[in-house]
Amino acid sequence: MATKLGKQTYKPDNPPYIISTGTVAGPFEGQGPVGKYFDHVYTDTLAGERSFENAEKEMMTNACFTCLNKVNITPQEVDFFLAGDLLNQTITSGFSALELAVPYLGIYGACSTSALGLAISTMLVDGDYARLVLAATSSHNSSAERQFRFPTEYGAHRKPTTQWTVTGAGAALVAKEGTGPRITYFTIGKVTDMGIKDANNLGAAMAPAAAATMVQHFADTGNGPEYYDLIVTGDLGKFGHELAIKTCITRGGFDLTKNYSDCGIMIYDLEKQDVHAGASGCASSALVTYGYLYRQMLAGKLKKLLLVATGALHSQCSVQQGSNIPTIAHAVSIEVE
Amino acid sequence: MSRDPKKKPLTVDQKRYSELVNELVPKPLYLRNAIMAFVFGGVVCIIGQFFTDLYKISFKLSSTEAGNPAVATMIFLGALLTGLGLFDKIARYGGAGLSVPVTGFANSVVASALEFKREGLVFGVGSKMFMLAGSVITFGVVTAFVIGLIYAIFIL
Repeated sequence: MATKLGKQTYKPDNPPYIISTGTVAGPFEGQGPVGKYFDHVYTDTLAGERSFENAEKEMMTNACFTCLNKVNITPQEVDFFLAGDLLNQTITSGFSALELAVPYLGIYGACSTSALGLAISTMLVDGDYARLVLAATSSHNSSAERQFRFPTEYGAHRKPTTQWTVTGAGAALVAKEGTGPRITYFTIGKVTDMGIKDANNLGAAMAPAAAATMVQHFADTGNGPEYYDLIVTGDLGKFGHELAIKTCITRGGFDLTKNYSDCGIMIYDLEKQDVHAGASGCASSALVTYGYLYRQMLAGKLKKLLLVATGALHSQCSVQQGSNIPTIAHAVSIEVE
Repeated sequence: MSRDPKKKPLTVDQKRYSELVNELVPKPLYLRNAIMAFVFGGVVCIIGQFFTDLYKISFKLSSTEAGNPAVATMIFLGALLTGLGLFDKIARYGGAGLSVPVTGFANSVVASALEFKREGLVFGVGSKMFMLAGSVITFGVVTAFVIGLIYAIFIL
């Protein structure tokens, strides 16, 4: 069982291992700076399917099977499948769970789903409910655009703060025994509302949630930001990243300028790929963490990582009705010995 | 206290944060956007004028009569560029220069129709086609009605 530290952080007694990951991405993400670290890059955003929603399902299913195949584990051996995505009723996850035929727990944390999945996996494994848990998440630019914004071919003008939804999926296999990086702490965030209403400025809406969770994590564990080799947030983008740094200083006096980056900045070349403020979407943190950073950890180039995945919990309806955007962030500390 | 979320006052923390956001986040480049819209909108109008003149000369129509087929041609071009996947790419630069003329109207209808074709002809294309253009039609009709009313009262 776990030890509770402070108010929101937990330290598992037997830190579970992330024994494998699977990442698949769309062509645009494949061209990005970390594109070569993904297991599979599709040549077409439809991924051979007849709709973008089906393509997203294909991507999540592929990421899951890739993750399992790497360590020769069949779906029958997995105890739980935890998955979430951005589409209504998390339909991508439901259909992927159908194909995997693993007992399924649907989760929703918008773009914070990657860290949410790892945190719940840790609870299940460390709490002796499971030996193997598969946690997955996905997003697709075209299916998200049409659900949250406009039809894909609509000629809308983009603001400088707009972020580009990542097409892709990532899965991680969390196990009681094995080898690989271990989940040593997790901090569950609270929902934050700092009065942002603009759905084209999600980075600014999510930055206070990220800062609150990070400050709480540092306070609860007693480890400052310098404990980690790298701290990454999920998808704050260029402006959200700056806002998170500023908010962390004002809220808790923590200096993030040395070892803090954002997956939404790392996944694209912001200048060449013309994505304005950076990336957003569940797959942003999943692809960067399970693809690039996981490999860095296996290679021993990165020892202590804090993943702070950030999610905006709004719906298109709540935004149109004028409600503020509620946001959340969960932190997971991943370490190799 | 009002229950309308739009009127809920901001807390001190929220106010301070929104000031920080406004300070840090760049404003859209209004001047650049306006110049681009002027140039692209101008080009659209020149193309429209070309077709008006073409129809006037080739079909011996009056200026008013030539307007209708010219508008139809512009709608066709907007729809064609949308179908070819080019309209949204050009509109990233052209902005309002492309969306305000009738080309933008064509784009909003065709983009919606394309997007929802997988939901079928009735619940997809049929009902979602005017998802974006619907408000243009609604307020177009309302405006026409009001102007018509003013015309009827004061001028007739």
